[in-house]
Amino acid sequence: MSTTIPIGPFHPVLEEPEYITLEVDGETVLGADIDLGRNHRGMELLAEEKTYDQDIFLVERICGICSASHSWAASLAVEDIVGCEVPARARYLRTIVHELERLHSHMLWVGLAGHIIGYWTVFMWGWKYREPILDALEMITGNRQHYAWYRPGGVRRDVPDEIWPKILKILDEFDTKVDLLTGAILDDPVILGRLKGVGILTTEDAVAYGALGPTARGSGVDIDVRRDEPYGAYSEVDWNVIVQDGCDCLAVAVVRLLEMKEAVKIIKQCIEKLPGGPIDAGIRDVPRGEGIGHIEAPRGETFHFIRSNGTNMPERHKMRAPTFNNIPTFRPRVKGETISDALLCFAVIDPCYSCTERMTVLDPSGKMLLSPKDLLRLSHEKTEQIRRNS
Amino acid sequence: MGATGWGFKKSLWVFHLNAGACNNCDIEVLDCLTPRFDVERFGIKLVGSVKHADVLLVSGSVPRKVVPDMIETWEQAPKPCAVVALGSCGCTGGIFRDGYNFAGPVDKHIPVDAYIPGCPPRPEAIIGGIVKLIGTL
Ligand code: SF4
Repeated sequence: MSTTIPIGPFHPVLEEPEYITLEVDGETVLGADIDLGRNHRGMELLAEEKTYDQDIFLVERICGICSASHSWAASLAVEDIVGCEVPARARYLRTIVHELERLHSHMLWVGLAGHIIGYWTVFMWGWKYREPILDALEMITGNRQHYAWYRPGGVRRDVPDEIWPKILKILDEFDTKVDLLTGAILDDPVILGRLKGVGILTTEDAVAYGALGPTARGSGVDIDVRRDEPYGAYSEVDWNVIVQDGCDCLAVAVVRLLEMKEAVKIIKQCIEKLPGGPIDAGIRDVPRGEGIGHIEAPRGETFHFIRSNGTNMPERHKMRAPTFNNIPTFRPRVKGETISDALLCFAVIDPCYSCTERMTVLDPSGKMLLSPKDLLRLSHEKTEQIRRNS
Repeated sequence: MGATGWGFKKSLWVFHLNAGACNNCDIEVLDCLTPRFDVERFGIKLVGSVKHADVLLVSGSVPRKVVPDMIETWEQAPKPCAVVALGSCGCTGGIFRDGYNFAGPVDKHIPVDAYIPGCPPRPEAIIGGIVKLIGTL
């Protein structure tokens, strides 16, 4: 006989409000369902009511972790419509900030994964090592998060040369810490026991579900927008796409750990090669047309589509974040696992609901979901209305 | 200082409720717990259930669907329970206040004792806000 376990909507492990139901038989998970929509803020319509410059501030608030990714993708979409060339210095600066973001995002995931399997040390270490990266971001962009740094055509402010030695020092220290953490995680028999062979997502399933980013690369699917369709400075520096074919939670963890090493490599080369010159193409008008921008965010491909009608506001702004594709992979992953592994299977994609929620459903049947209190209120309102009209 | 004030003087237990935030406020809250800021030194810690909490920390712009859940959480909290609205979203709705799904801000639905603005507020600001809150209780 199967039982249903509700998790959420406010659960200590889940950062964001979402409601998961697990169908279980004894200890074994038979299936899972997710109820989303608590984080839907009407982004796309809001974006269509703001100018292109204001939109950047909006899209970076889609998600606090990927604020550079969204704003870069949106800028690329506008640049695609205008057809302008972004100055080399801006391309390099953008790449540096984007990779710093990948570092702090992956480190955050490592910490949270540690928290979920009950390794508080990993959580505390991960988040401690993440702080200097935020300092570096603050030095470059002026804010720890939500940088407001990208803009269509380039970046918003130039960076003095004095800060690079400091940032290189932070990176060197970070690099040794990543080695330390990787060693500690991969040598620990308990962590291996919790991750290895748990939450299998086969390569076929990953392709069928359209998984993206580390989720796909951990299942042996060799995709990465940075290499497949280079943007920024990625084609001018030397780095590798990390692919693992373990298909389990361990493989995804390894992909993230190794990607941090690659990101450090990319940033160092970018700093070394950083060209001088202007930082902004100076876009004046956006002509009628359509453009797309897609980039490899820490969780996978982020996609923005903008249609312009020649005014200073987009006519349509469509956004798709990687978690949208990755969430359904939870189902094949969790089937047959024990309840204690369910959250790990879920967290392994590094889910981000604020990115995903482009729609909300108040009730699956299409009706508004009303609580007894709402019904009472509606009844009172009707009385009020009749009273007023009579 | 009454019994309430005495109870609130030390070791505040905080329940964090994300009501449609962009994640950043929530990350900064977790940041407060980790080694650089480490508020657990002062006995402030995050708890897993609102039934254990002295403070309800609400971030986010409160989309429609989250309203009944938020109110229910507040009703479940043992009183007295101080409510803190975190971030520009929690205080006013911020950049989302013109959205069609915006049903907030927080103080429209539950009584708020302290506001910590910022997008996101820095961990120092969050700690500063909580300390000020303790002073007023
Ligand atoms: S206040 Fe800013 S950082 Fe906080 S949830 Fe709102 S948009 Fe995100």
